[in-house]
Amino acid sequence: MGKRTIVPFGPQHPALPEPVHLDLELEDETVVRAVPSIGYVHRGLEKLTESYDYESMTYVMERVCGICSFGHGWGYTGAVEGLMGVNIPDRAEYLRIVFHELSRVHSHLLWLGLLADGLGFDSLFMHCWRIREKVLDVFEAVTGGRVILSYCKVGGVKKDLTPEMVQRIVSMCDDIEEDMRRTGYVFMKDSSVRNRLCGTGVLSKEDAVELCCVGPVARGSGVDNDVRSASKWYREVGFEPVLYDEGDCWSRCMVRVDEVVQSLNLVRTALRNLPDGDIAVPVKGPAPVGDFAFRVEQPRGEAFYYVQGNGTKNLGRARVRTPTNINIPAMVRTLQGCNLQDVSMLVITIDPCISCTER
Amino acid sequence: MGILKFGGRLLSNMVHKPVTRNYPAEPREYTDRTRGHVEFDPGRCILCNICGKKCPTGSIHMDKAARKLTVDRMLCIQCGYCVDVCPKKCLSMAADYIPPDTEKIIDTYQVPEKPKEEA
Repeated sequence: MGKRTIVPFGPQHPALPEPVHLDLELEDETVVRAVPSIGYVHRGLEKLTESYDYESMTYVMERVCGICSFGHGWGYTGAVEGLMGVNIPDRAEYLRIVFHELSRVHSHLLWLGLLADGLGFDSLFMHCWRIREKVLDVFEAVTGGRVILSYCKVGGVKKDLTPEMVQRIVSMCDDIEEDMRRTGYVFMKDSSVRNRLCGTGVLSKEDAVELCCVGPVARGSGVDNDVRSASKWYREVGFEPVLYDEGDCWSRCMVRVDEVVQSLNLVRTALRNLPDGDIAVPVKGPAPVGDFAFRVEQPRGEAFYYVQGNGTKNLGRARVRTPTNINIPAMVRTLQGCNLQDVSMLVITIDPCISCTER
Repeated sequence: MGILKFGGRLLSNMVHKPVTRNYPAEPREYTDRTRGHVEFDPGRCILCNICGKKCPTGSIHMDKAARKLTVDRMLCIQCGYCVDVCPKKCLSMAADYIPPDTEKIIDTYQVPEKPKEEA
């Protein structure tokens, strides 16, 4: 048994897109304990609820995080609509699904690129981001923003799709599916990728259940807890959860590869069955006294939104529980007993979004 | 086999032009809906200050006595909410982004007396 050493990992580290700090307690090169600490990008966005009315807060809440921006906008507006007893039109529900799934596509492609970068496979990284760019271009053409969409509002969505836009989105989905057939194959079959990922950081199904994992981390260990399964609208567009049983880094990667293709299919189905009608209903007046909780399956897992009305235009409280927050204990569990060289890979595969976590 | 599948893609890169744009020599094209910056038409403004009250970052300020509206370009997050709530539609979203600058840009607009007299 060697001498114990503590190696600090982060908050600034080449493997980390965002600041999180880990104290790694090592025996030789094996991690025996990892102590995470967060708090480097706290901005106090939830507190702003007290200063702004619930409509203005939509634009603050979707800036909780850039990558999951649309999901945060949807989660918050969904919670406020529930609190106020508003039913949004069917067309708005479908348009929200379309843009949420496109957000998932761009988030997963971003993550796959970061994973390839972490592996040292730089050409794969650039190709993942090249594919992602097509989604961002469509976002700009339809919503006006490339990353922060400002598309959801309380009562529906802000802008409608023209037939040309629908056609453009469908042809973009076909393009990306063709690209993913090649790029996904590399993640699935390439020996250098498999050697690095297969069998690394195994999280058993029992551990995933015990640690309440969410999102691709849970689904990579065979735990089906996808919030979309419970949604009537997602069932209408034919949603089926993607599950892998291995529980290692490779299965977490393959969940995301398969979800990109699945999301493209959901988008095409939603656009094919897009109902006619209004895209929003007017919502006026103060938020009633009471509270409401709403769940959205973000690209990183289940996010939970809680709002509390106090009879005024400003909400009394808005709270977001984000998926990375839930997945940090699972990351710590997989880090125990791993090699120091695998730490960056294990941190990347939970897809940490620290801006979401700290808000 | 995986590398052969990807190898085809890499070989095709040799003969295709770059995916990236040679910016700034080749300028960026904006779409019709791009939220670049807020434009203000003072001729139609009725000084209601709804835009200033609703702005999530407080980038719009209105001085009703002096009939002045200021937009702090560095605070604006281009969410477009002021454009949605303006009752006279004197605010609009223009497609081009404001250029980078070394100083904080605050645009001041003088609202003319004429609309009030007509009303």
